[in-house]
Amino acid sequence: MAVVVILALVAVASVLFHLLSPWWWTPIASNWQYIDNTIIITFWITGFVFVAVVLFVAYCVLRFRHRPGTRADYEPENRKLEFWLATVTTIGVVAMLAPGLFVWDRFVTVPDDATEVEVVGQQWLWSYRLPGANGKLGTSETRDVTAENPLGVNKNDPAGLDDIIIQGGELHLPIGKPVKMLLRSIDVLHDFYVPEFRAKMDMVPGMVTYFWITPTRTGTFEVLCAELCGVGHPQMRGTVIVDNEADYQTWLEQQQTFTQMMASGETPTAN
Amino acid sequence: MVNIPSSINDPIPPAEVEDVELYHPHSWWTTYVFSQDAKVIAIQYSLTAIAIGLVALVLSWLMRLQLGFPGVFTFIDADRYYQFITMHGMIMVIYLLTALFLGGFGNYLIPLMLGARDMVFPYANMLSYWIYLLAVLVLVAGFFAPGGPTGAGWTLYPPQAVLSGTPGGQDWGIILMLSSLILFIIGFTMGGLNYVVTVLQGRARGMTLMRMPLTIWGIFTATVMALLAFPALFVASVMMLFDRVLGTSFFMPAIAEMGAQLQYGGGSPILFQHLFWFFGHPEVYIVALPAFGIVSDLISVHARKNIFGYRMMVWAIVVIGALSFVVWAHHMYVSGMNPNFGFFFATTTLIIAVPTAIKVYNWVLTLWRGDIHLTIPMLFALGFIVTFVNGGLTGLFLGNVVVDVPLSDTMFVVAHFHMVMGVAPIMVIFGAIYHWYPKITGRMLDETMGRVHFWVTFLGAYLIFFPMHYLGLLGAPRRYHEIGESVVNPPSAHDLNVFITVMALIVGAAQILFLFNAAWSLRRGKDAGGNPWRATTLEWQTPTTPPPHGNFGKELPVVYRWAYDYSVPGAPEDFIPQNEPDPEHRSREHAT
Repeated sequence: MAVVVILALVAVASVLFHLLSPWWWTPIASNWQYIDNTIIITFWITGFVFVAVVLFVAYCVLRFRHRPGTRADYEPENRKLEFWLATVTTIGVVAMLAPGLFVWDRFVTVPDDATEVEVVGQQWLWSYRLPGANGKLGTSETRDVTAENPLGVNKNDPAGLDDIIIQGGELHLPIGKPVKMLLRSIDVLHDFYVPEFRAKMDMVPGMVTYFWITPTRTGTFEVLCAELCGVGHPQMRGTVIVDNEADYQTWLEQQQTFTQMMASGETPTAN
Repeated sequence: MVNIPSSINDPIPPAEVEDVELYHPHSWWTTYVFSQDAKVIAIQYSLTAIAIGLVALVLSWLMRLQLGFPGVFTFIDADRYYQFITMHGMIMVIYLLTALFLGGFGNYLIPLMLGARDMVFPYANMLSYWIYLLAVLVLVAGFFAPGGPTGAGWTLYPPQAVLSGTPGGQDWGIILMLSSLILFIIGFTMGGLNYVVTVLQGRARGMTLMRMPLTIWGIFTATVMALLAFPALFVASVMMLFDRVLGTSFFMPAIAEMGAQLQYGGGSPILFQHLFWFFGHPEVYIVALPAFGIVSDLISVHARKNIFGYRMMVWAIVVIGALSFVVWAHHMYVSGMNPNFGFFFATTTLIIAVPTAIKVYNWVLTLWRGDIHLTIPMLFALGFIVTFVNGGLTGLFLGNVVVDVPLSDTMFVVAHFHMVMGVAPIMVIFGAIYHWYPKITGRMLDETMGRVHFWVTFLGAYLIFFPMHYLGLLGAPRRYHEIGESVVNPPSAHDLNVFITVMALIVGAAQILFLFNAAWSLRRGKDAGGNPWRATTLEWQTPTTPPPHGNFGKELPVVYRWAYDYSVPGAPEDFIPQNEPDPEHRSREHAT
């Protein structure tokens, strides 16, 4: 009996925990509400299956536990039942996969009007580069990284001279505008992770990865690194501030361009 | 050669393979140390795996102490924390679970359940264990090497794994880890070839493939998978070792480390991830399939009922094994690989849910109208169903590419894989030990201690990992030595971490009771007799218990029926051993 009660309790308590848990996702700040919705669908389907299976097991133990003189049934197969169970399962899987792939299609399709922002990861610091007046980011190369040019921007590419460099500071983004985050690392793997944006992606040295979001509310958000990058991994924090357009422009004007940075001869400090 | 009769009801002549004197051990050394008997090798494998597993258990305590009480235990600094999680993960996955299921249970059960005298290549089998032991020693050497073991995380992702920002990256740690993996794979290959060939060539007369117990199907399929998957890890390990020691750049692009340009260039960190997960995902099933097989048999024996849908169960094992080779990149949805891969890998991953769900249905339908004896093995089997279903279902979150994006690299992932490939298979391991200990030693494990051990382990582990999912949903990243102040670490999350740590200490301590039980029962346990569970499979039909060298005495058994003739209507007993003739053709086994 104890077994039956405990098994049923596991099912019921798990559901109650889910409903009453104070640990739930952070309030969303991007357009990826779809992702949250898909998670909700998945919770419903999987939660139902979990409770059904565990309660069924509990019932079996209650009803069919050993009593002297009883014998088990002898039923090697039941084709019909197996067929129906497989069919219902397939429907459930499709119900989760279809919306998932639909949302993924949106996730990988960057809108044409998205502005580009580059995030550069290094042990253990976030830096950013925004296109300057020409609206284009210049090329860059890890081989060009020096103390004076910490992001390895190509000095010979005119498109890069007016790029705005934010070394280890805060990133601001304007609200309501799609932005393609170009992700680059100059040493090891990192992962640009803002919980409220839902989207995240690894940054891999030697290549440029990306994701896109549209910030949907103003505020200050924490950047964490989500890919183990050495002992300083937990300390690799940053800040993203989503501004309204006016505040964003004010901030943007205060930032230095690549040319200005090189001219000032200032050596930005890592760490 | 003797012709095998075509009709299943014709009398089958006894096997022509007699006990071969040549291989009998003649000294203490060749009996207990350099033994070629699969049963001794199995015990050697198991004891070594459990011993190194205890190291991993202590490491998990240490990392939980840090997470529950950050800053209190100052000796657990960031370096040590990452070394602990890395060694914990690698030990559990490779050196405990893989070694115990295949080297331990595989060695013990394959010859006995198939009615063979031993593995087909006993010498290679012995070498397999000694190379495994060497791999374990090289792994442990990391703790004593300058700089300590590697702290790169069990996935060992380059470039950080071989750079100075990671503990052991520029010291001995990573070199010893990679060397140990290479040794493990060499040793495993020797054992693995043995298991496969023995299953294909060493079965007793009448033991058709479709009469094999599901335990053997699980171990067999897992071994085939391991033989195909481990080479990817082997290659990746060798290449990374070259990158680290010889300065090649297989996985190393141009890198500016702490402002200094390194001499690397042109390599691909993502290539390593593909190789790693080409091994790593099948590895999940290399652990899971033997557990699936064993738990099927535990449920069947202790519910006194045939496993429901045997043929479907066999095909589900084979299909899962095959599919698991085309899902690897679901570990890499946010790795930066071409995002269009996501469509393919999400689809294949969710397709696996169907055969897996069928297995779950068939386990619970075996309980339906059974005669359920709530023995310790049955309790652990029930614990497996609960934790496996739970962990399997959260896999549908992480496999569904877009849902994975917010959850990847969070504690949700940690909770998921611990539930599904940590707790669930370990439930089966314990169930299997309680089930087969009587055959191995001739004595029963103590029932009362067993019950306490089960409830504390099952409920405790569930209480550790179920709430942990919600920390991940909240956004808490994994592999953080200390989260500190953060939107994803409110005070309530800290309280939950304290709770999880306390539970982890309790569950860990409960294993001491198990070890005590295993040692105590060796001399004081109830006498088991030859077949205490009244089971049908051949290992329970040996002439003496524990089985002698050569397993079956003078004549090998002949198999007349499948492994699941429990509660056959009209039969005098509620079980009919596989080697009992079936003159009236009562067994309702499917046509084979």
